[in-house]
Amino acid sequence: MEHIRTTKVEQVKLLDRFATNNKSLTGTLYLTATHLLFIDSLQKETWILHHHIASVEKLALTTSGCPLVIQCKNFRIVHFIVPRERDCHDIYNSLLQLSKQAKYEDLYAFSYNPKQNDSERLQGWQLIDLAEEYKRMGVPNSHWELSDANQEYKICETYPRELYVPWTAKKTVIVGSSKFRSKGRFPVLSYYHQDKKAAICRCSQPLSGFSARCMEDERLLEAISKANPVNCYMYVVDTRPKLNAMANRAAGKGYENEDNYSSIRFQFVGIENIHVMRSSLQKLLEVNGTKGLSVNDFYSGLESSGWLRHIKAVMDAAIFLARAIMVENASVLVHCSDGWDRTSQVCSLGSLLLDSYYRTIRGFMVLIEKDWISFGHKFSERCGHLDGDPKEVSPVFTQFLECVWHLTEQFPQAFEFNEAFLLQIHEHIHSCQFGNFLGNCQKEREELKLKEKTYSLWPFLLEDQKKYLNPLYSSKSHRFIVLEPNTVSFNFKFWRNMYHQFDQTLHPRQSVFNIIMNMNEQNKQLEKDIKDLESKIKQRKNKQTDDILTKELLHSVHPESPTLKTSLCFKEQTRLPVNDSLRTIEGSSPADNRYSEYAEEFSKSEPAVVSLEYGVARMTC
Amino acid sequence: MEFAELIKTPRVDNVVLHRPFYPAVEGTLCLTGHHLILSSRQDNTEELWLLHSNIDAIDKRFVGSLGTVIIKCKDFRIIQLDIPGMEECLNIASSIEALSTLDSITLMYPFFYRPMFEVIEDGWHSFLPEQEFKLYSSATSQWRLSYVNKEFAVCPTYPPIVIVPESIDDETLRKVATFRHGGRFPVLSYYHQKSKRVIMRSGQPLTGTNGRRCKEDEKLINATLRAGSRGYIIDTRSLNVAQQARAKGGGFEQEAHYPQWRRIHKSIERYHILQESLIKLVEACNDQTHNMDRWLSKLEASNWLTHIKEILTAACLVAQCIDREEASVLIHGTEGTDSTLQVTSLAQIILEPRSRTIRGFEALIEREWLQAGHPFQQRCAQSAYCNTKQKWEAPVFLLFLDCVWQILRQFPCSFEFNENFLIMLFEHAYASQFGTFLGNSESERCKLKLQQKTMSLWSWVNQPSKLSKYTNPLFEANNLVIWPSVAPQSLLLWEGIFLRWNRSSKYLDEAYEEMVNIIEYNKELQAKVNILRRQLAELETEDEMQESP
Repeated sequence: MEHIRTTKVEQVKLLDRFATNNKSLTGTLYLTATHLLFIDSLQKETWILHHHIASVEKLALTTSGCPLVIQCKNFRIVHFIVPRERDCHDIYNSLLQLSKQAKYEDLYAFSYNPKQNDSERLQGWQLIDLAEEYKRMGVPNSHWELSDANQEYKICETYPRELYVPWTAKKTVIVGSSKFRSKGRFPVLSYYHQDKKAAICRCSQPLSGFSARCMEDERLLEAISKANPVNCYMYVVDTRPKLNAMANRAAGKGYENEDNYSSIRFQFVGIENIHVMRSSLQKLLEVNGTKGLSVNDFYSGLESSGWLRHIKAVMDAAIFLARAIMVENASVLVHCSDGWDRTSQVCSLGSLLLDSYYRTIRGFMVLIEKDWISFGHKFSERCGHLDGDPKEVSPVFTQFLECVWHLTEQFPQAFEFNEAFLLQIHEHIHSCQFGNFLGNCQKEREELKLKEKTYSLWPFLLEDQKKYLNPLYSSKSHRFIVLEPNTVSFNFKFWRNMYHQFDQTLHPRQSVFNIIMNMNEQNKQLEKDIKDLESKIKQRKNKQTDDILTKELLHSVHPESPTLKTSLCFKEQTRLPVNDSLRTIEGSSPADNRYSEYAEEFSKSEPAVVSLEYGVARMTC
Repeated sequence: MEFAELIKTPRVDNVVLHRPFYPAVEGTLCLTGHHLILSSRQDNTEELWLLHSNIDAIDKRFVGSLGTVIIKCKDFRIIQLDIPGMEECLNIASSIEALSTLDSITLMYPFFYRPMFEVIEDGWHSFLPEQEFKLYSSATSQWRLSYVNKEFAVCPTYPPIVIVPESIDDETLRKVATFRHGGRFPVLSYYHQKSKRVIMRSGQPLTGTNGRRCKEDEKLINATLRAGSRGYIIDTRSLNVAQQARAKGGGFEQEAHYPQWRRIHKSIERYHILQESLIKLVEACNDQTHNMDRWLSKLEASNWLTHIKEILTAACLVAQCIDREEASVLIHGTEGTDSTLQVTSLAQIILEPRSRTIRGFEALIEREWLQAGHPFQQRCAQSAYCNTKQKWEAPVFLLFLDCVWQILRQFPCSFEFNENFLIMLFEHAYASQFGTFLGNSESERCKLKLQQKTMSLWSWVNQPSKLSKYTNPLFEANNLVIWPSVAPQSLLLWEGIFLRWNRSSKYLDEAYEEMVNIIEYNKELQAKVNILRRQLAELETEDEMQESP
């Protein structure tokens, strides 16, 4: 709390991000230890978690006050005008401090208390069990075994303790190989395909330089290849562009020489590095934040940002993996430089294409735990949880989520979860509210004692499961065992619901998805009602037959009395309520701030000018 | 002329057909006067049954004696026929070429088509102007039907019956017609019940370089304003284009002569610019080898979505004038037969719930496009594959349908029809067995005696069995004005039209069906619950009666 000087500022204006005039909402701004809260005159609350703040900017003083622009990692952008510069300055300084913590212990997760006791918390952490997951895949088996080599994080600090390797690979081989791999990240199992007996393995780049070799590494790759009894060759996929990989050779790193390894087929897939991805997203957001954006500027910005090109590259690499396994029955070893960014993207997406389990809510959690959290994707650095090197920040995981979203668009029935689930996960990789994504590897997480001091996100998502269910999901259908997405360029679209998730005016006014979701829920309720009614009717009938035996005389009364008629009408009207709010058209309400502004402007007798408000045709006269 | 003269080879065996989403199939190719038919003679089905009038362009290639004819259709589909024998191939190609470009309208298929269904309601009489006017006349007495154009003498592109201000007599209309392009004097397009304001449309005023004025014209449009109120004139051309039009005798309303009106220029493109846009877009969509950068830059360079945005923006502006400003609007461009109609009809989609129903939308097309004299014959003569640069083709109607689709995507529960309905209209506007979209105006349609000699599209589509395919299961009528977003992020490529033949929609179609199932199931359950509740209530009352006799 020592960072907070001003806790409450009144008469603050919140500007509409895309409005061309200075139309705004006035309200009160509160600063708490964890959130920035704005309550407007209509009592609508806007909560901004400090950890979500990517940047705070104080713009030049204007006549109406001091502008404060806050950009969030969940792509919310708010523009406040604080009447007094001093208040603005105080808030600005507080937010700078609060949004960039120096220590893990100061993050929200360590103070967040959802009112659970210790055993509930522990249960929550045990919800996703990777040992179970490897069992589900069918390992250990006659080809693969659990290695204890990294039990104490001695061989590789950024790997988990439990690693699966070919049983023929002895510890000396593993140790030798790890010394030949960047950061000690030697080849290990990521996914095992039971039917094909083929594996997806992952590692980091070899320290091959221009000519170095390592017998143990060569032997380990051979062991992986031989662990697949069906196919005698395996693919080594370097997810980097060839040029980058070659440049690495000068630094004593590089890529596998096909001549040194028996039975490998080497392949580059050309996904760019974290720095390219970071600036690509930055460019994309810049373009989309432009007021009065034209269609041409939008598309040329989309093109020059390269964002969709990168997404397509990740998707194509994942498809390469899935095809190698399904069509050629070959195992695949994937690496990039350190094997925790592009490798995580490609391995997890490849597994998701191959295995429908990962397309369920729980399976998707498992997938993230396995290929991202346990294998040391540096969430804290990539999401900038702490005040650190901004060059380590990169939207690698966001790209993974976007690839999954593209798959849900192409295969609307193949996923148990919906878009809201992806957005919610994205929200929480940055929120620091739960412990799952804190730290950069398992070792670090253990040192932070996250399982004792923080809560896991997954049980909370499962509890809210209903919100994240895809109503069109067809679980029984076996067609979707392997997804074969079409990656012709026109299939990739801008993910508006992610990058403009807080810009209400850009979205459809009615959501088919919500209606169907609610209808599905309602159907379940109706099925229950029908059962209830049927049993009640049965009871009544039984009772009546009993009664009839005794009171036969009375049965001749005709039931259609006027009172009965009205009661019937009444009954019919009290059907289950359809959720009307879902069908309400926000954009059509006169109170909608998009439109209320015209009224004032029309009456001014200025020369006729036609201008365009972002998103909506607008007229200034 | 006999079709037989044009058909040099009526039948070729062992022709191989390649088409999107199906494996190649070998069969017998037959040419008839109006169709190209290919049948493998298995299961008694034809693999291909294509109207010649749907053919936009053909290419031929030879490898040895094997010829290949590539047929590019107006609905953007591309099919390939491998024909053994050079002579046969050349004959087929030249026959198709001749049959798909018949000069005379009366030789077109609608004049030969005999319906295989029973006509319950003759579509030619479904949307008579008198009936449409009844909807207004109950709400206002400010307007009347005029028969001044009965013989098409005052305005050749107007229908015989138009709606004009009550206080303006036919003589005045005749004078105004001489002052407006093509005789298209201002007529009522839409009356908004809520604000009691109107949309009118016309051709440009013929002010010329001298600033000619016409008192009757001023009187006519002023008659639509209440005392002291103002109206808006939306010119669908940029100010620059409108000024240039003066040199050719056209022009725009001078402020001095129309003091009660505020003029706003919105720039909507026309003619070859739109046609080129379509050609570029379809070309971009058809090339699956484009990398991401190339695809995005081609999509951008086509400008298609820019046109969509311009048209929608103008329509929103008109709707705002009517609904928010409560001001009447007069819309025109040059002729008042293209961009003017896009804007008047889309403004109605936004403002008027009735136009979002199937009947209402059909009525809108009948009123604002067919009767209003959009030259369908000229505009839809060629589609995206035409090589020859002709002046009159333009996808004006397709752009309108695309705009409707954009609004439908943003308000998926507000329309009684679905995307298939729009696609069907696109197809029939370019090639059809029905007479509805033939001719360029009502006067042409009368001369062709389409009502007597051809079948109306509406007769076919309004059969309950057909309508089910075009009905939106999510529709729930609402009386609201629906404001679309026209931000580039909100506008989408209409995949159902432009990617239709380039990517399989199997999974999307299945998901749609699943959605329909859920909705149907919901209705079923609701009905069942109601029946059970009634049963239970009956039993309860019986019990009560028995207990208290």
